[in-house]
Amino acid sequence: MPDSWPLLSLLLLSPGLGILVLLFVPSRHQRLLRIVGVSATLLPLLLAGWLYALFESGSGGLTELAVWAELPLNRETINPQFAASYVLQLHYHLAVDGLSLPLVLLTVLVSTMAALAAVHVVKRRKAFYIWFLVLELAMLGVFLARDLVLFFLFFELTLIAAFFLIGIWGYQRREKTAVQFLIYNGIGSALMLLAFLILISTAGIRVEPGDLGAALIYSGSYDQLLANLADPQGFANQLPQEMGGYNPFYLSDGLAGAVFVLLLVGFGIKLPIFPLHTWMVRVHAEAHPSVVMLHAGVLLKMGAYGLLRFGIGLLPAQAEAWGPALAVLGAISMLYGAVLALVQRDLKRVLAYSSVSHMGLVLLGFATLRDIGLQGAVFLLISHGLIAALLFLLVGSLYERTHTTELDRLGGLARELPFMCGILLVAGLALLGLPGLSGFVGEFLVLLGLFETMPWIAAVAGLGLVITAAYVLRAVLAVAYGEPREPYGALRDARLVEAAPMVVLLSFIVLLGIYPSLLTGSLQDGAVQLLRQLAAVGRG
Amino acid sequence: MAEQDVTGRLWASDLGFLVPELTLLAAAVLLALLDLALPQRYSRQIIGWLALGGILAALGSVIWWLLELNPSAAAARPPVRLLGDSYRIDDYASVMKLILLGSGAMVLLLGLGSVRSDPQLPDKGEFYTLLLPALLGAMVTVSSGDLITLYVGLELLALTTYVLVGMRKQVSLGAEAGIKYVVIGGISSAVTLFGMSYLYGITGTTHLGQIGMQMAEAAARYEAFAYIGLLFVLGGLAVKLAAAPFHAWAPDVYQGAATPVTALLAVIAKAAVLAALGRIFYNAVVIPAGGLPVGEDMLLALQILAAAAMLIGTLAALQQRNMKRLLALSGVAHAGYLLVPLSVGVAGFQSNNLSELIYYLLAYALMTLGAFGVTSAVAEAAGHEEMSGFAGMYYRSPALALAMTVLLLSLAGLPISGGFFGKLFILFGAAQHHAYWLVAVMLGATVAAYFIYFSILRQMFLRQSDGGGPIRLPVPTAVVIWICVAGTLALGLVPGPVLEWIGSIVTLQGDLLLH
Repeated sequence: MPDSWPLLSLLLLSPGLGILVLLFVPSRHQRLLRIVGVSATLLPLLLAGWLYALFESGSGGLTELAVWAELPLNRETINPQFAASYVLQLHYHLAVDGLSLPLVLLTVLVSTMAALAAVHVVKRRKAFYIWFLVLELAMLGVFLARDLVLFFLFFELTLIAAFFLIGIWGYQRREKTAVQFLIYNGIGSALMLLAFLILISTAGIRVEPGDLGAALIYSGSYDQLLANLADPQGFANQLPQEMGGYNPFYLSDGLAGAVFVLLLVGFGIKLPIFPLHTWMVRVHAEAHPSVVMLHAGVLLKMGAYGLLRFGIGLLPAQAEAWGPALAVLGAISMLYGAVLALVQRDLKRVLAYSSVSHMGLVLLGFATLRDIGLQGAVFLLISHGLIAALLFLLVGSLYERTHTTELDRLGGLARELPFMCGILLVAGLALLGLPGLSGFVGEFLVLLGLFETMPWIAAVAGLGLVITAAYVLRAVLAVAYGEPREPYGALRDARLVEAAPMVVLLSFIVLLGIYPSLLTGSLQDGAVQLLRQLAAVGRG
Repeated sequence: MAEQDVTGRLWASDLGFLVPELTLLAAAVLLALLDLALPQRYSRQIIGWLALGGILAALGSVIWWLLELNPSAAAARPPVRLLGDSYRIDDYASVMKLILLGSGAMVLLLGLGSVRSDPQLPDKGEFYTLLLPALLGAMVTVSSGDLITLYVGLELLALTTYVLVGMRKQVSLGAEAGIKYVVIGGISSAVTLFGMSYLYGITGTTHLGQIGMQMAEAAARYEAFAYIGLLFVLGGLAVKLAAAPFHAWAPDVYQGAATPVTALLAVIAKAAVLAALGRIFYNAVVIPAGGLPVGEDMLLALQILAAAAMLIGTLAALQQRNMKRLLALSGVAHAGYLLVPLSVGVAGFQSNNLSELIYYLLAYALMTLGAFGVTSAVAEAAGHEEMSGFAGMYYRSPALALAMTVLLLSLAGLPISGGFFGKLFILFGAAQHHAYWLVAVMLGATVAAYFIYFSILRQMFLRQSDGGGPIRLPVPTAVVIWICVAGTLALGLVPGPVLEWIGSIVTLQGDLLLH
């Protein structure tokens, strides 16, 4: 593939190819639908692998920029000598950097595995794979977009796709869950849009001098906002008095703080931060396991990514000011999630609360605002994405056999299902952070960062990790060992189509555990870049 | 500038500018006579098609004048002012007329699709004939530069719609709707007129531009009267606009009227009143008394009205299961969205109000008319107008379900649709204006509205159908639905050209404001 090809656009649109093919497959060909659906996720996987190779080799072509809509604004109130044109530009701007690349890789990998895990989907398979691929496309868009409006577009698209995936293929209370999901996340994205609008209407302005007068251009371009916010001479940072008493582009400290809080709450719903997590527990419990793999594996990470890129990245001074609050929120989420996971009686809910707990730890990593903590947090995101996907894959396969996920009704499965229980045990150990598996690296880095900045919080986090070990062992042992509680009949261990994704996910978990620099190289790039942004304002 | 070409007399050469209005008038008269002369045994569909021809002819002549008066973006000619500047052919009015006549054509098509088989509508000929004067009234309303002309236009629109709403007189809901609409409409007209009389009283003129010139002085001398006049006009028009808290009539009337008439009320009546509201308030007070308390307070009043309409309309719709009542309340909320660009005023770097208003109005017209089209087909198939009629529609008519999905996503303001971009522009304009509380209210209402529109999506995709084959779709209705879907998608995919066009011809200084 030549370097001049728009690799990012190809990657973004590659799930679309599968959608097109699926549209022409008659819905009665169940087997064919599945083959097409699964193989459609291989193309993005391939392209993302290519992207990784390109990125590691340091070659260019990893950003694409085009103006896809230019919307004229009325100039009647502006002196015509001053402004020759006045527009709002919407950019189609894709890029990868050290922060988004690992998440893109996570997205394509988990998507393929989840598509394989959808073997248990029997009804309306065609529609399932179509929505599934729409969701994958939207998730890739979220991680690739570098324009605020474009990001929002893809963010909303994930909402629509996930609504249908949860609402049609979930368990008993799927519709209520889907509606709750929609409303909570709708509120989140509304808060996010409000913050974006404030940013665009202040720091989004760019003045380009020209022969006939200046061009006034509003845009949601991330780079533009970043440059404007970091520039002390930029309009957004100049007091109105310095501009002759009137500066409509001034972003006051109070307003910037409000924007940060809006982003924190908006993305905090997605993350989720305690007490905004109730919807997410229900989704974990009610949605189809294949969808939960995407949800716990990737969708939750969008919240963390958004908070990091837009909240902390654009408004580092506010992040600094709110750092302690982030730490406290993170610690509460972590402890609360861990304690509740300890007392749950349903395996799915244990894992759901464990996600809350781990996302709390991610938030703690953000709160350090240090190289090592941020790196650890992002590493944790990737690692938890893989582990959560693997665990829900197992849950789905177990449920197909036992028709229950209640801990009281499970037990002694290791005898009948040695392979699956073995994987479950290793995945559990990865979740609790055993050295040598991927979970350890992220937790270790975050704790290291925390001890540097907030030793007390670090102590609390340490306590959280102890509880984590307890709930993981409690759940895993209850499932795998002990006496069988119910006559399940003859259980067959994992079929090849189930075992393959388990092995793949597990091997990545092990690989990252013993060879973390596979990822930390690119992560360090991302973290260093963010830190440079931090340093540019306030800290330098 | 006021004396430039303003005489009180109408010259023969001026009639050329009135071709669209005269076409509608002539068509209405001729078709009324035809309806009388045509023996009963002939189907009244022919009158409908002829009326459609009349509307399209008027639409063509509006476009012709629009191009004639705007040969290029740089060389726009000044507006044509007739009858002492009481009637204006300007770009603001012309673009509004395009929306009105386009929607009128689609309402007629909806009528052609559904009225033929409607046993509850005995006077089918009158139905088609009366749409024309209603449109004429709407056109006069948006073109007028004088309170009297404006009132005449509004009343013409109102009186014809009283008849149209009351036409299903055999059905108790229809009769109830008719009487409610007449009473509420009469009161609102009276209130509007009462307010107008105060404006005349304190400024000594009914010409909007003159009122504006006098307003600063008049407001200083007769502050209370200025407030009373303006607020009563606002209240009266808000009733006609169905903006909460003046919306209570809307669900009953929308439910009782025939679906095409409901679409007329939801789109054409709303658009005309909104255009008039913008014209009155920007000319009389918002711009001329911009920095004065009365100007600021009127903007605040508009903002409160907008916020109330968005919130109350959305909250009331949450529990609604009847599709027509639901669309009525969604129309209340949309009236609120549409008021936002008017209510933030003009200041600093933000004067984009008209583009935002017109763009969202266009998107609103398309998605609402399309939704009414689908609703009428579904209601016909189900035999009732409840939301449950949509159950399992995806299995019965996948294409129609897809069309409705696009329209609903647009109504909800989700990408990629005209509704999304329309809302985004309005929100951006309000944010530029630092009216963040209004942005927050609008976003809140939007999210709450997800619940409403997604509950229809749930019916269509998540529920099983209770039997029944594909939904039968009359050709004219299908044409309307697919035009609306295509338009909604086009506005969402390439918003640039439309906004460019609106922005290049409609200006505050040259078109909206009278001098």
